[in-house]
Amino acid sequence: MTHATLRVHVDPDKCQGHNRCYSVSPDLFELDDLGISSEAGAGLVPAGLVRLARLAVANCPEHAISLTEVAS
Amino acid sequence: MSDSHPRVHDFATDFDHTDQAWVADPYPIWNDLRQRCPVAHSDRYGGAWLPVTHDLVSEVAYDTEHFTSRSVVVSERRPGPEDLPAPIGVAPPISSDPPYHGLVRRMLLPAFTPKPIAALEPFTRELCRELLAATDGRASFDAAVEYAQHIPVRVIVRFLGFPQEDADLFRDFIHLILEEVDLPAEEREERFAAVDAYMDAQIEDHLARPRDDLTSFLLAAEIDGHKLPVEHVRGTMSLLMIAGIDTTWSAIGASLWHLAQHPEDRRRLATEPELMGTALEELLRAYAPVTMARLVATDFDFHGHPFKEGDWLLLPFPAANRDPAAFDQPDLVQLDRAQNRHAAFGLGRHRCLGSNLARMELRVALQEWLARYPDFELSDPAAVTWSAGQVRGPRRLPLTIRDQGR
Repeated sequence: MTHATLRVHVDPDKCQGHNRCYSVSPDLFELDDLGISSEAGAGLVPAGLVRLARLAVANCPEHAISLTEVAS
Repeated sequence: MSDSHPRVHDFATDFDHTDQAWVADPYPIWNDLRQRCPVAHSDRYGGAWLPVTHDLVSEVAYDTEHFTSRSVVVSERRPGPEDLPAPIGVAPPISSDPPYHGLVRRMLLPAFTPKPIAALEPFTRELCRELLAATDGRASFDAAVEYAQHIPVRVIVRFLGFPQEDADLFRDFIHLILEEVDLPAEEREERFAAVDAYMDAQIEDHLARPRDDLTSFLLAAEIDGHKLPVEHVRGTMSLLMIAGIDTTWSAIGASLWHLAQHPEDRRRLATEPELMGTALEELLRAYAPVTMARLVATDFDFHGHPFKEGDWLLLPFPAANRDPAAFDQPDLVQLDRAQNRHAAFGLGRHRCLGSNLARMELRVALQEWLARYPDFELSDPAAVTWSAGQVRGPRRLPLTIRDQGR
């Protein structure tokens, strides 16, 4: 657990552009020209942003965001 | 409207969203139906259904096969085949179905992302300050009439690039469409024609002198390499006004109504400005103004209910937001609620196009209000009145200012 890194991912087929995740953390998510969200970069969540990543998951009305552990 | 309708005795079998009990306080009605039904029916409006759980509301919102958006406002009159150039509808894309819906929506989306909306924030903030300055020194005034209702209309007029002094014209227009439904047909048509003529003049002016506003954006937009027909541009302008004005007015008013009665929430928002992010979403969840509607597209069985083509279906996102199966203690407003997948802006492909605009207006309106009037209460709870129909918000909201602030 202590060495696991979290990766956040937005399912582009589910995202409807509510932009709730982006307003929670513009560092973790980015929007395209249509306002559709995707994870910034590779989606790796820095330790300091874990709380915001979980908040983004818990506030997506479309259940489009997932958080998974990746080996570091 | 409700004057001509008999009072409702059982909302499970005879619901009417214009009934005075629903208008005054719909939440106990939905809570009751959620346990008893949870899909209510009514023979009113020629036949209508009402699902009240988050699960069922979601299911309908995602199902564009069995439901059509050809009309999203329940009335005595259904659209006939001659009414609409289906699948476009009178006010694309809210009244459109896929796949056309997606084309129109994609064309509009870039104008409503956070970046262009942020450009409207300084104007909105200045507007709120001006409205508040006009109330200076008064111990009490109506916050719905003198504050909330002016904000969205003036922002939309600015967004479209129409002269600010024409804002009142649009308030009248909204009133005509949504409330003066019993005017003689001829008079209604004349007044609609006047609005069309106004918009045509604006369109011509923008064609001659394009500028950086939404009207020029719509006139330059293309679908499949073709510019939009003028009727389409006009329809979308009407949609933005109808969808963008009394909805946000309602959200601002309902939030002030809540804060007027909850001193602890006022204090928290004033002393913990970082709370505004979750607080906004919580106020939108608890007091979501907009109930949408669909028409049943084809006969089918919906969880044991015989849905027939042409039946209305009220789609109450505000009821979904109060479902205890989806939200912990849903009737309690918790400004720091961490898990909040509310559906105030709808779900699925018809998610409110203007949600970023609405959020910005609500946030700025509350920030500016609290900065000037941190302490206030309802002058008389019985004097507060609520709008009837599918958009819920206070239309009379007399507040007493306890502390004149700065």
